[in-house]
Amino acid sequence: MPLVHFTAHLRSVVAKSPVVAEGADVRSALRGVFETHPQLEGYVLDERGVLRQHVCIFVDGEKLPNDRVLDAPLTRTSEVYVMQALSGG
Amino acid sequence: MAVKALVSTRKGLFIYRRSGQRWEMGTTHFAGTPVTLSFYEPREKAIYAALRHGHFGPKLHRSDDGGGEWIEIATPDFPVEADAKPTLKQVWAFAAASDGTLWAGGIPAGVFKSQDKGESWQFVQSLWDVPDRGRWGGGGYDESGLHSIVCDPRDARHVLVAISSGGVWETRDAGKSWQVRTKGMYAVYAPPEQKFDPAIQDPHRMVHCPAEPEVMWIQHHNGVFRSADGAAEWQELNPPISNFGFAVAAHPSRTETAWFVPAHSDQRREPVDGRVVVNRTDDGGKSFMTLSHGLPGEQAYDLVYRHGLAVDESGERLAMGSTTGGLWFSGDGGESWTMATARLPPIYAVDFA
Repeated sequence: MPLVHFTAHLRSVVAKSPVVAEGADVRSALRGVFETHPQLEGYVLDERGVLRQHVCIFVDGEKLPNDRVLDAPLTRTSEVYVMQALSGG
Repeated sequence: MAVKALVSTRKGLFIYRRSGQRWEMGTTHFAGTPVTLSFYEPREKAIYAALRHGHFGPKLHRSDDGGGEWIEIATPDFPVEADAKPTLKQVWAFAAASDGTLWAGGIPAGVFKSQDKGESWQFVQSLWDVPDRGRWGGGGYDESGLHSIVCDPRDARHVLVAISSGGVWETRDAGKSWQVRTKGMYAVYAPPEQKFDPAIQDPHRMVHCPAEPEVMWIQHHNGVFRSADGAAEWQELNPPISNFGFAVAAHPSRTETAWFVPAHSDQRREPVDGRVVVNRTDDGGKSFMTLSHGLPGEQAYDLVYRHGLAVDESGERLAMGSTTGGLWFSGDGGESWTMATARLPPIYAVDFA
């Protein structure tokens, strides 16, 4: 089962990380996590369902472009990291 | 008189408490997270805080016990089918109507209504669909921003909103339809033929006199304006020091009294000659007093943002916060000020509770 790790910045809406997910791609894996953590969705995706501009996702060690990452395929052993893009100060 | 002050900053919400004439730091909330605005709604005694997580989008929280416990409430969302595919960047305006409706606005300049204390929001499609929206400017951010909402205490269906570089808009049917209300304003920053174009007027902040809501005040990009007829017409005033600035506060009952915080100019967003001052008029803008007792008198670069000045229901107590993190209170209508701290994070907004 893929594991989804969430940045410590999101502890207020996803208390334990990583979360065991189900899904053949990042989108469906996240959707499953959102079902048990409904508040989390608005922190990761905007109201159009698009990955927020300053959130980035690594899949199996590779940072994928924001416009493609939700469709990236996962294997049973995939590790997904949902991180904040570094910006601001 | 108010006993709490809500100070919204780039790194959290600070609640100050009054003890006699002294204001002291009370509690800190949402530490490290930008709080773009907070709002005390006296009918329900609720505090609303608008957060703008740098990475995770805007979020709203409400406290029903004066800032003890907070719950995250719904974020106003633009509908997916809305023209131009907007996504909300921050909440920048709150107001409560006499029927309990909570209004919110933000960046981009959409407006939303809630009947359940922010548990759910309805997008006001009609304002987004006015034909002029395409000409609204950015007003300091990449997208247009709605920063002022004024609810008529006599009629919950009657609301005015102000949009940076997008004019002033009025509804008398609770948001079903809108009319622009900028007669008398002009824009020196626009090409000459567009000087009086209502849709590009740049109100920085709009307030009304709660006891006499026909009386309204605006700090505009290139001037200070007052209306005595509910925004049907605006008259330009001539304050001393500078007519540029962001903040304005209206006396709760005296129609002739309002406060402004002048800044140097569009090009230099800082006090004139390094002195922080407040301009007050007590005669409807015919004359002004420049008040500075207790405020920095030299080498100050404090800019007071549009929500950075507040007056309480007594009309005597004021709070003012700056981009440099200075926080001042007055208990005598601005005649004298006391600095509570000089070192908060940049202050976006102050409100009394």
